[in-house]
Amino acid sequence: MDGFPILTTMMLVPLAGAILCLFSGGAAARGIALAATLATFALGVLLWMNFEIGGPQWQFTERAELFEGFAYALGIDGISLMLIMLSVFLMPICILASWTSINKRVGEYMAAFLFMEVLMIGVFAAQDLFLFYIFFEAGLIPMYLIIGVWGGDNRIYASYKFFLYTLFGSVLMLIAMFWMVGAAGTSDIPTLMQYNFDGDAQFWLFLAFFASFAVKMPMWPVHTWLPDAHVQAPTAGSVILAGVLLKLGGYGFIRFSLPMFPEASGELAWMIFALSMVAVVYTSLVALVQHDMKKLIAYSSVAHMALVTASLFAFNVQGLEGAMMIMLGHGLVSGALFLCVGVIYDRLHTREISRYGGLSINMPYYATFFLLFTMASIGLPGTSNFVGEFLALAGIYQVSTWVAFVCTTGIILGAGYMLYLYRRVAFGAQNNEDAAAMPDMDAREWSMMAAIAAVVLWMGVYPESFLAPMRADIAALDARIASAAPADDSQLADGPARERAANAITFEAHERGDH
Amino acid sequence: MQTQILLIVFLPLLASIVAGLVNKNAPSVFAKSITTGALFVSAALSWPIFLAFLNGSAIAEVVPVLKWVESGSMSFDWALRVDTLTAIMLVVINSVSALVHLYSWGYMEEDPDQPRFFAYLSLFTFAMLMLVTADNLVQMFFGWEGVGLASYLLIGFWFKKPTAGAAAIKAFVVNRVGDLGFMLGIFGTFLVFQTTSITEILEAAPAMSGTTIGFLGMRLYTMDILCILLFVGAMGKSAQLFLHTWLPDAMEGPTPVSALIHAATMVTAGVFMLCRLSPMFETAPAALMIVTVVGAATCFFAATIGTTQWDIKRVIAYSTCSQLGYMFFAAGVGAYNVAMFHLFTHAFFKALLFLGAGSVIHAMHHEQDMRYYGGLRKQIPLTFYAMLAGTLAITGLGVYHLGVGFAGFWSKDAVLEVAFARGTEISVMSFWLGVIAALLTSFYSWRLMFLTFWGKPRWIESEHIQHSVHKTPEEAGEDTTGGYHPHESPIAMLIPLVLLTVGAIAAGQVFAPSFLDDATFWASSIFYNENLMHAMHAVPYWVKYSALVVMILGFAGAYLAYIAKPELPAKFVAAVPWLHRFVYNKWYFDELYDRIFVKPAFWFGRQFWKLGDIGTIDRFGPNGIAWVVERSSGATKSIQSGYLYTYALIMLLGLIAAITWVLL
Repeated sequence: MDGFPILTTMMLVPLAGAILCLFSGGAAARGIALAATLATFALGVLLWMNFEIGGPQWQFTERAELFEGFAYALGIDGISLMLIMLSVFLMPICILASWTSINKRVGEYMAAFLFMEVLMIGVFAAQDLFLFYIFFEAGLIPMYLIIGVWGGDNRIYASYKFFLYTLFGSVLMLIAMFWMVGAAGTSDIPTLMQYNFDGDAQFWLFLAFFASFAVKMPMWPVHTWLPDAHVQAPTAGSVILAGVLLKLGGYGFIRFSLPMFPEASGELAWMIFALSMVAVVYTSLVALVQHDMKKLIAYSSVAHMALVTASLFAFNVQGLEGAMMIMLGHGLVSGALFLCVGVIYDRLHTREISRYGGLSINMPYYATFFLLFTMASIGLPGTSNFVGEFLALAGIYQVSTWVAFVCTTGIILGAGYMLYLYRRVAFGAQNNEDAAAMPDMDAREWSMMAAIAAVVLWMGVYPESFLAPMRADIAALDARIASAAPADDSQLADGPARERAANAITFEAHERGDH
Repeated sequence: MQTQILLIVFLPLLASIVAGLVNKNAPSVFAKSITTGALFVSAALSWPIFLAFLNGSAIAEVVPVLKWVESGSMSFDWALRVDTLTAIMLVVINSVSALVHLYSWGYMEEDPDQPRFFAYLSLFTFAMLMLVTADNLVQMFFGWEGVGLASYLLIGFWFKKPTAGAAAIKAFVVNRVGDLGFMLGIFGTFLVFQTTSITEILEAAPAMSGTTIGFLGMRLYTMDILCILLFVGAMGKSAQLFLHTWLPDAMEGPTPVSALIHAATMVTAGVFMLCRLSPMFETAPAALMIVTVVGAATCFFAATIGTTQWDIKRVIAYSTCSQLGYMFFAAGVGAYNVAMFHLFTHAFFKALLFLGAGSVIHAMHHEQDMRYYGGLRKQIPLTFYAMLAGTLAITGLGVYHLGVGFAGFWSKDAVLEVAFARGTEISVMSFWLGVIAALLTSFYSWRLMFLTFWGKPRWIESEHIQHSVHKTPEEAGEDTTGGYHPHESPIAMLIPLVLLTVGAIAAGQVFAPSFLDDATFWASSIFYNENLMHAMHAVPYWVKYSALVVMILGFAGAYLAYIAKPELPAKFVAAVPWLHRFVYNKWYFDELYDRIFVKPAFWFGRQFWKLGDIGTIDRFGPNGIAWVVERSSGATKSIQSGYLYTYALIMLLGLIAAITWVLL
């Protein structure tokens, strides 16, 4: 791989595909998009295979100085690698998911997805602060278009909301970036990750970045754009929104907030904890009362992401790795759940839960996959999400039993709303004739579901494949932030030992003679 | 042993996958044979291992399987641990599971979804085996949740019935409340011991007994709080008081499921966990006190409800709940071997009772209400004798001085005696509650027998029977059978009944010496309290005979009320209607939980959504801004449709500014 600019190639392939799509009609555009995303995925596999675990922190680096203070600099560590893999894995599935359901302006639609893929790879690979900013913000433009052009009836309101929240956050972040580059004299991200800003500055910088990342997460109370965006977006849009765009916030925290402003992160951890605790309980309860499948899953995403934020600020290895694993697992599982919604939406054109029922009868294979992803979503051991949730909560517990307790109630509420959803969709009698007449999944839908299901189980049974590339980077991050860690509330303290065994009793032989 | 244990655990998984993936149109006999075959192989391989531990020729070992998770200092792997405790569970799980698989050939014969059923059964068995072979707490949790999933799927097996779907969710969610405790317990344990390996935790636990730790603002003894948290998990899985509400509803599942999961194996996982971690619990006196109290309270409470129910399966379900209570308070007083012994014998006789009830239900055209049974003794004699053996076992018939008794006699009497012998206030209270519960057990068990097998047939009152004979009670007139002829079950169902009958009769007699008095048999796989065992044998005779006395009293009471003077129960209800109502309605736990948990959750959800998200955040956030913009420019539309360009422009301007800033 020496010297081959694989990251740039991975961006050029979908870019070329996008341009081709723009100039070709429906059927051809689908084929081109699928070929381009599959090729990019193949490159991604190559990237992963050549990633040297235990090698240098930043690998596959490319650098071209454009002008002073701004460079086209790419490079990845294990964290970026995993998120890039997630993106390039989900992309072909998104194209397949749109295969029959998108019939207007197919070329432009496919181009929008391919552009987005370019920008998503860019955002996780950028090593220059401003390059990151461009990818970070521009990545949302295709998403606006996907919602605004191919979305549902209320798409304008949804994309307006999305826009408004995002704008607010990104302006503050940009100002902070100016200041940082001015103070540190470089826009190189790896350098900035080692730079020590002074305490006060860290505080304000942290808040500015927080404004942007909190919206992207999204954290309570700036989460209300997400349900609307999901509801209005076409299926593939929801998949990529939940699967990749929601990971931008978490990536931001782990790449910028924690290493660049460790002291401020430690000081403000209480705020993150508070917001996360509220989010877990609040959005889980809101999810419980939804009538619209996509809204329900969207609210559940907010609850899951709250666990990510809380565990990131636990300041320990389990918390950080747990957060990464939840992000990867959630990307797959909530993406798959939106696909599950899409499969039946394509047949009946409604997301209203009560319009379905008894689908286990006429769509048994669908019901099986839906069950698997439901179980993964509620963190059943053996699936991807368990590993993440378990590590995250174990990490949180080490810093605060209160936060761990409240966040762990999420496993009860999560089981509640997901199983309630599953029961209303797949169990019960077939009350609606049209729903009862729906055919089971076809080969295209099978391939999408089976691919994700395989990875979900892989990640649950042998997560080492995913943890190993990130291990050194997480350890380095943990070492960098360790000194700023907030105090824990467990405070194990020594005391005089008590009796050896609680039920130690003496038995005297003469008692045997009592009777 | 390495190959055997791998086969024992993974054959059921393999069979489950094959049976689940096989084409829906293929004959179901394929899926049935492969799962049943796998289970019989597993069972056949399990017994030699158990016997090897019994004669002391086997030693404990751990078979590594695959790396699982390594994160910083936290690391746990897939591995299979086999020791005495595991070996006992292996024979219980695989024997009962194999018999239940076989039984289901008959019981589920007419069901169109048999491959799915058998796949779930085998999946359950796999998860349960993973639980009992776990070498670390996380794999135990994997098995824990795996059996929960299988239980959810099997309770909801007849998912077209709304009650089945509701019961399935309830089982899962209530168990999750327990899991909250279990998970926090694991996290706390990791925090304290920096490991999740059970062996390492148990070794380090005694040294920690004096330490204190903060939990939710409280300062507590470390071992107490950890054990209490873990015990909350056990309460959920084993349906102990406060977290018991899911178990009776779980009877919505097919009867073979009730026998395997909700009687013999899964629900005993909590007891198993306590025994597996017994050296840890021995360092936590306060936690053990709670275990004792909860166990004793459950054993009494569930037994009271059992005396009033009409549904044959619900009676047995409450009976299970009650028997699990016995196991817990035995563990609570430090007699983990006695708890395991009762678990062992209970698995046989309770599976027998459930499968017998299934045979009755099968004969009675899926009628489960005992008010519509009666006089079945002569119609289905084999089932009757099997149930009789099960009843004699659960009520604990046996005579101390003769040294003979049914399975329950050996284990339940040991539980009562050891509670008495322990001699603390709490343990003696448990003894008395246990004696009262034994009286109630005898009463409701014989009540079940008398209502089902004795008296005159009352079949025609049953709607199920009316459907089959096409007669209403009026048309049937004097003939209370309605012309219905119950048939004995097919051979596939009778073989398991016969084999389990052998277990219910002999399991106590044969294995009591090893389980109760042989420290070398246990080989440190649990905390074995030798002094306590001696004290147990030395209790006064009135203690030893108390169980037999109440057993006879219960029998007499039931005989009086349901054979000699059948008008008595109605009179009793009329005399104390409030008491009957309270007990019949299961102490109103469901209603209470509905009011304080379920309804408020939905109410808060709606409030947060309507008033929080829509009414506050959106109203003053994005909508508010839109309103301001509209007011000031009257051009919302243009803003909204032009937002993309605005956005791109702002981003571009920002970047230009940034570049300029840097360049200057």
